[in-house]
Amino acid sequence: MRRVVITGAGTVNALGLTVPETYAALRDGRCGIGDLDVRDVERLSIRIGAQVRGWDAEAHFNRQQIALYDRFTQFTLHAAKQAVEQSGLEFCGELSMTSGVVLGTAGGGVNTWDENYRVVYEEGKNRVHPFVVPKLMNSAAASHVSMEYNLRGPSFSVSTACASSNHAMGLAFQMVRSGAAKAMLTGGAEAMLCFGGIKAWEGLRVMSKDACRPFSADRNGMVQGEGAGVFVFEDYDHARARGAQILAEVAGFAMSSDASDIVMPSAQGAERAITGALRDAGLNPEDVGYINAHGTGTAANDKTECAAVAHAFGHHADRLMISSTKSMHGHLIGGTGAVELLACLMALNEGVIAPTIGYQEPDPECALDVVPNVARQAQVDAVLSNAFAFGGLNAVIALRKL
Amino acid sequence: METSVKDRIIAIIAQQAVRDSHEVTPDMSLNALGIDSLGLVEAIFAIEEEFDISVPFNANEAEQSGLDLSSVGAIVAAVESLIAAKSPNAALA
Repeated sequence: MRRVVITGAGTVNALGLTVPETYAALRDGRCGIGDLDVRDVERLSIRIGAQVRGWDAEAHFNRQQIALYDRFTQFTLHAAKQAVEQSGLEFCGELSMTSGVVLGTAGGGVNTWDENYRVVYEEGKNRVHPFVVPKLMNSAAASHVSMEYNLRGPSFSVSTACASSNHAMGLAFQMVRSGAAKAMLTGGAEAMLCFGGIKAWEGLRVMSKDACRPFSADRNGMVQGEGAGVFVFEDYDHARARGAQILAEVAGFAMSSDASDIVMPSAQGAERAITGALRDAGLNPEDVGYINAHGTGTAANDKTECAAVAHAFGHHADRLMISSTKSMHGHLIGGTGAVELLACLMALNEGVIAPTIGYQEPDPECALDVVPNVARQAQVDAVLSNAFAFGGLNAVIALRKL
Repeated sequence: METSVKDRIIAIIAQQAVRDSHEVTPDMSLNALGIDSLGLVEAIFAIEEEFDISVPFNANEAEQSGLDLSSVGAIVAAVESLIAAKSPNAALA
C-alpha cells in the first residue's frame, strides 16, 4: 500500500474565493450566511443562505465556456486551478495516464435545471439551449476538470447527498493508496441556491430562518451554502521525489451505512464510520485532536453525532475539540466535506481550530468541546472530518500531520 | 363548517396512518397512530394544500412552534385557528 498526501488545495465558498481568504474567515469566526439574492426570493419562506457573493463568471471564463459551465462546474474549475497551481504538478506523459478526478456533488447542475424548467414551463417556450444536458449532468465538473488538466486516468462523480465529497475523496484516496493512480484531483461542489433548490429543502421543514447554530440548545435547523473545494491527492513517494510541499497525509477513510431511515441519522452507523476511519488510519482515539463535525444544526444530527463521537472516543471525547464550520459557510450539501477539509488542514498546518459560531446555549445532549464562537490555538497531529448523509450513508476521513 | 374541517383533517391523518377514518378519533396521539416525524411533515403538507394555509412548523423545534400538534384534536383546533386567522370572517361563519 502506498502512502497518500495532499499537495494542493483550492476553494470558492461564501467565506472566500481562495484558501487563504477562507482560512482568515474561519480564524475570525466570520459568518458567510446572509439574505439570499435569488430570483423570486419573495416566494420563499427560507430567505437566508451562504451565497458566494460577487462571483463574476466572465472574469474567469469566456462566453463559450460559460455556455457549457453550470455554476457548480465554474466553482469546481476555479477551486481546481488553485489546487493544481499549488501542487506544481503538470499532467503530461505517464503521469497524465495515471491521474484522474473524482468529485462529489448531490445535485450537479441544479441552476441549469431550474433555469430551463422555467423556460419550458413558466415561459411556455418549446426550445432550450442545445447544451442543457452537458451543462446539468452530475459528472460535468469532473469531465471539465479532466479536460482542463489532461487527466486521462479514472474520472467520475459521486453522489451520496451530504456525504458526496467525503465519499469522493475517500475513493480518490483508495485509488492512490492502491497504486491505481499516482495523483487524483478530488473534492466536490454544490450550487443549488436557486428558487427550485431552496424550495425543495423548504418542504422538509428542517431549515432555519435565522442562523445555523450547531450544537447550541436553541438551534433550529440548517442553512444552505454553495461553493467548491478541490484537492490534489498524490502518492507520497512521488510528491517527495519532486520536493512538493505536503499539506497533510490522508491517513485513513471509512464508510458505513445505517440501513435504517431515509432522513433520520443513526448514532451506531456514524460511530462505525468513525471507528473504521481510525482503524484504517492506524490511529488510536487519543491521537485525534480535532474533528470537523457534520454538525448541520438540526435537532437530530447534532445530538446523534455527539452520541456517536462520545461512544467512539470514550474518555478522550471530553479532551478532543469538535466544531461545525457550517455555522459560517453553511451546508454545501454534496460539496460540504470538501470545504470542511480546509478546516482540518488549517488545524494541522496553522494550529488554529475553527470555531462553531452562533453558539448561545449548552445542550446536554451535545456536551462536547465544540469550540464555541472563538477560534482556538492548538497543536493537533491528527484530525477527522465527518459526513453523514440522508439515507444513512456515512463517510469519515482521517488526516495526519506529516 | 367545524365538522367538515375536522373530518377533512381526520381523512388526511388516517391516510397517513394507513387506517380507516372511523378508526381515528380526536383524543388519539400521532405516536399512537404510528406517525413519525417524517409522517407529520407529510401530513402538515397535505393539510396546507387542503386548506390553503401555511402551518408554521419547523421539525427542529416542534415544541416551540406555538402549535399543539400532539393529538388529532389538537391539530384540528390548530388548523381551525389558522383558517380563522387567514380570513377573519371564517371565525364567524
